[in-house]
Amino acid sequence: MTTNNLAENTAVETVAGVGTVDLAKSSVRSLNQALHDQHDQMAITQWEVLNPKGQHNLAVGLDAKLKVDIRGHAGYYCAGMNKEAEVTVHGNTGQGVAENMMSGVVRIKGSASSAAGATAHGGLLVIEGDAGSRCGISMKGADIVVRGNVGHMSCFMAQAGTLVVCGDAGEALGDSLYEVHIYVKGSVKSLGADCIEKEMRPEHIEELTELFERAGMDDQDPRDFKRYGSARQLYNFKVDNAGAY
Amino acid sequence: MSEKRKYMTVPRESATFDRSTMSEIRRAADTGIYDIRGAGAKRKLPHFDDLLFLGASVSRYPLEGYREKCNTSVTLGDRFAKKPIELDIPITIAGMSFGALSAYAKEALGRGASAVGTSTTTGDGGMTEEERGQSTKLVYQYLPSRYGMNPDDLRKADAIEVVLGQGAKPGGGGMLLGQKITDRVAKMRTLPKGVDQRSACRHPDWTGPDDLEVKLRELREITDWQVPIYIKVGATRTYYDVKLAVKAGADVIVVDGMQGGTAATQDVFIEHVGIPTMAAIPQAVQALQEMGMHRKVQLIVSGGIRNGADVAKCMALGADAVAIGTAAMIALGDNDPKWEEEYQKLGSTAGSYDDWHEGRDPAGISTQDPELMKRFDPVEGGRRLANYLRVLTLEAQTLARACGKNDLRNLEPEDLVALTVESAAMARVPLAGTSWVPGQHNF
Ligand SMILES: Cc1cc2nc3c(=O)[nH]c(=O)nc-3n(C[C@H](O)[C@H](O)[C@H](O)COP(=O)(O)O)c2cc1C
Repeated sequence: MTTNNLAENTAVETVAGVGTVDLAKSSVRSLNQALHDQHDQMAITQWEVLNPKGQHNLAVGLDAKLKVDIRGHAGYYCAGMNKEAEVTVHGNTGQGVAENMMSGVVRIKGSASSAAGATAHGGLLVIEGDAGSRCGISMKGADIVVRGNVGHMSCFMAQAGTLVVCGDAGEALGDSLYEVHIYVKGSVKSLGADCIEKEMRPEHIEELTELFERAGMDDQDPRDFKRYGSARQLYNFKVDNAGAY
Repeated sequence: MSEKRKYMTVPRESATFDRSTMSEIRRAADTGIYDIRGAGAKRKLPHFDDLLFLGASVSRYPLEGYREKCNTSVTLGDRFAKKPIELDIPITIAGMSFGALSAYAKEALGRGASAVGTSTTTGDGGMTEEERGQSTKLVYQYLPSRYGMNPDDLRKADAIEVVLGQGAKPGGGGMLLGQKITDRVAKMRTLPKGVDQRSACRHPDWTGPDDLEVKLRELREITDWQVPIYIKVGATRTYYDVKLAVKAGADVIVVDGMQGGTAATQDVFIEHVGIPTMAAIPQAVQALQEMGMHRKVQLIVSGGIRNGADVAKCMALGADAVAIGTAAMIALGDNDPKWEEEYQKLGSTAGSYDDWHEGRDPAGISTQDPELMKRFDPVEGGRRLANYLRVLTLEAQTLARACGKNDLRNLEPEDLVALTVESAAMARVPLAGTSWVPGQHNF
């Protein structure tokens, strides 16, 4: 066992080339600094985070092709603004997981709280359990695949990207959405303003097939899904729509 | 044949139903939709003109103009940030979005601010290269919409401003109408071209003040605690908002009063929500003082600042710096009488033009129209803004020296009196010629 002095960060221990940070002994700050330091050095590309115990802001602002495994539950904003890295949480996450992600892959083995993938511009977020309310709120190009259900107001004002829900969706799905693509296998409690069901065409089956492949969910059949998107009735102010604004 | 009367009452306009009010009723009846416009509150409000300085005489002695130094520099954000912002003058350029303003106008703001050693601020719509390139100190806004938000720009910023609200529309989000959503603006905001865009009024991934604390830490973690984090609020319940913002971990608080300009929102919002800038400052300062944080967490004030006297008055009430939006646009050339003919064609007149959302600004500043944009020269605009900022600074120094102060931040409420009972109560300084501070002393 050697202490990694490359990052001059005493919180890091390297075991067989894997950087390990034990949050029972070290701070979130030293974890994030060690991960950020890899942007220039790329000395260690595999990382293990032990004893996260629901702490907030784990592995935020990563900007390198790192593989990070968080062994336990994470708090708010885990993997926030992620670029390139592959972050796996072996537990549940709090609010705003992978918020504003740009690229890379974030995978939650458990469930995610509200605002998962909020405003995310790119990358792939996979939630193997359920997601809370406002999943994919205001998203701008990321892909989100949820094996379970999503809560109310998911994809609120979402602009671009894809949300796939293999379970059910809560109330007001896709309220005031722009050009995001939404696919749901189960029931939808209600659709939000300007969100309508749309025809599944071959290109949509293709899009889903490719997404399931990337998400590693080979047990889903794209043909079981319904598609939802914008009716584009609220894109410009019209008196007749006053009640919907 | 009617008898010719000798005495007649002249037609009398109603003060309640004045011309502007009636024209709005007709416009509403005609269109069925509320009035959207830019700029700040146009009604008369208690403002800094209602305050006066007590120059030095026998009991205080003044400093010699031009001879004795009066410091104007200020450090912002040294509470937590490794690299606080050092400003040569305490007058900053407020956040105005690329989208609302043209890329050239944003560039000019950067040029003008940099020339006098102050900062400029992005806006709802992300950071442009023109702006980053020309701004030595650039504050990057973190807004509810998160248009164009990305970690690279976040790390390029010299400070981050988390926007919770604006004085023109506390509790409201932004608007950018279809005319201004050109290809470039649409791309930066990830929106379809030509939509009437409404940006969110609330942040998507946090709700209360405890969440905000976690959010601020996230931003600090992402930027390795290098740069200051500001929190901007529209002036409403300022005392409580400032306390919560300090608790959440802000380095700097920005309080924007109801006179503050906006690029576009409902007129009813601009005129009827929020409190005047002057009323907000003492609330903010009280909150900071009670927490032992006055001067440790810096206070930036904006909303209707026009001249060096306004700057000095804000500072005397306890601000560390001010920010300007509307005045900067005017300095660049917005609403200039030289475009009168064209303002007339748009149904307005120079000085009153506020349909910035329509993107037809004759001065080429609040537009995305390539032809109109060409009318505006960013180098000349930057020069004009720098000149204006220099004048504001000289004026503020003149007043500070007259009060015997060798630093703008040494100005204090004790240097001020109020002209009206309202302003005395709001600014918490005595009515001129009395020792009465309404609301503070028994009458
Ligand atoms: C054209 C324009 C665009 C603006 N855009 C933004 C914005 O994107 N974000 C923001 O926080 N405030 C915005 N504001 C408000 C300013 O940041 C600032 O609070 C206000 O202009 C200060 O008041 P003043 O205009 O009286 O100086 C904008 C103001 C104007 C005039």
